[in-house]
Amino acid sequence: MSGVAGIDAGIRRNGLGRVFGLWLPLAVVAGWALVALIGPLLPIAPDHIELSRILAPPGPGGLLGADDLGRSLAERVLAGAQTSFVVALWVVLVSALLGTAVGTFSAYLGGRWDLVVVRIIDVFLAFPGILLAIALAGILGPGIENVVIALSVVGWVGYARLARAQVLSLKHREHVQAAVALGAGTGRIVFRHLLPLLMAPLIVEASFGIAGIVIAEAGLSFLGLGVQPPEASWGSMIRDGARYLLVAPHMVLVPGVALMLVVLSVNLLGDRLRDRLDVRNRK
Amino acid sequence: MYFLVSRLASAAVVIFGVLVLVFMLIHLVPGDPVEVMLGESARPADREALRASLGLDRPLWSQFGQYLGNVLRFDLGISLHSQRPIADILLERIPATVELALAALLVAVLIAFPLGVMAAVRKDSGWDHGAMAVSLLGVSLPNFLMGPLLILLFAVWLGWFPVSGREGLGSLVLPAITLGSAMAAILSRMLRATLLEVLGEDYIRTARAKGLGPRVVIWRHALRNALLPVITLLGLQLGALLAGAVITEAVFSWPGIGLLIIEAIQGRDYPVVQACVLLISLSYVLVNTLTDLAYGWFDPRVRTGQAS
Repeated sequence: MSGVAGIDAGIRRNGLGRVFGLWLPLAVVAGWALVALIGPLLPIAPDHIELSRILAPPGPGGLLGADDLGRSLAERVLAGAQTSFVVALWVVLVSALLGTAVGTFSAYLGGRWDLVVVRIIDVFLAFPGILLAIALAGILGPGIENVVIALSVVGWVGYARLARAQVLSLKHREHVQAAVALGAGTGRIVFRHLLPLLMAPLIVEASFGIAGIVIAEAGLSFLGLGVQPPEASWGSMIRDGARYLLVAPHMVLVPGVALMLVVLSVNLLGDRLRDRLDVRNRK
Repeated sequence: MYFLVSRLASAAVVIFGVLVLVFMLIHLVPGDPVEVMLGESARPADREALRASLGLDRPLWSQFGQYLGNVLRFDLGISLHSQRPIADILLERIPATVELALAALLVAVLIAFPLGVMAAVRKDSGWDHGAMAVSLLGVSLPNFLMGPLLILLFAVWLGWFPVSGREGLGSLVLPAITLGSAMAAILSRMLRATLLEVLGEDYIRTARAKGLGPRVVIWRHALRNALLPVITLLGLQLGALLAGAVITEAVFSWPGIGLLIIEAIQGRDYPVVQACVLLISLSYVLVNTLTDLAYGWFDPRVRTGQAS
């Protein structure tokens, strides 16, 4: 997944830029993670139906309003935060570990094995964007596990390509050659001498990856291929709301704003991280 | 010549891999695909007929051989839902998607060029920051959110364009903006970065030193050289465009290939899903290969492998 080129350093130098470029996004992401982690303990009932509040607009006392079944949108947005966070966490973990392992060993061992891996990567890249995930999620059936599987199958390729490119350029460095000369085994070289140097670019890739996964999960749920109702996802909330645009636009706006805030914040933090870790944009 | 052959060969390998993956899709259906597709109430005779027509009663390698042979003859099977050849259905749906993709491309170029050039020329100014903030917003606004927002503003409140469907040019506007804006965001960033790089080259300094006006320098000297990487990106982005078209078509009930996939998934018409995925990926591979070849044609350094 491609990163977003940095908003110029110029904005960031002043105090206001730090607020919008760092502290606000940090607060949003921290809030998102917090809600997801302590979610089960929160006194919310996202599936609770209150017929008198059907399509109730946002307002004082009414908080963020209610959806077409009279469920509280505020509580459903919190539940949706949980869904997107859990999916993002799992997909990043699975695809980063798998992709890095494949890419690293492919580049380090080289030869025929590497040739095969490159071909496999090419084949996966031939399915544009979210298409393969849509087909997989559609065929595996809805459910949060299948969303994780579908997005990981698509996601590992980016890490594999990145790790492979990095290792190809790293493996001829002196410190690696020295380790080889001293008789270190493949495992030791990979874990002690290559992976630590791979960390920075991989972390940056993963941070932008999270934004992509949040959008992808919501997209799959929007298409009805994500979590099963009545479970809440920002994507399925937008889908439900799209049918009531005329009478209750808040049904789209509330989850939409939540989604945008998180994605924008993750992207901004990714920019920061890239500058901090001094990783050049590799696209 | 070597460049041409090696590019075509690697495209052939990729296409073969795509065929294998697409073929495998139907075997990922949890349980018995025939039972899932026909439902539990289907008669045993119907089940066996479908099983035989899909070849699911034979060993995997023989199924794949048959699949390969059929695809080469443009025989994509029969849709369970409409009982018509899938190839015919695809042909009906292709014009709508091509129309949408071209319109979106136009929107993307129309937004991205002024934005990217302005940002690069007035680097670090308020214009630059504004343009890049707009583009960051565009990247963070997925099309399944952008679509409903545009519908709300321009169809529901202002009533300028229809909410959905495909009737007349007016119905194309909102889907094209939805699909094109995401691409415009990425394209304008790319254009800005490339243009900034080119503006630092010696020949730009020469052009300026010999007294050419800023307009001539930008449009005739800089932009022309910045265009090549941007064209490659356009080719790559076409894939994102095609994938984004699935969601955009679903938002606007635009009757193209993307909506067909969603309908087929909902109807458990898996051969149609396979055919759509195959069609989209193959067109993506085709466009990328053509872009690569064109790139080699325009820039001899690529052909001879000097620019790596």
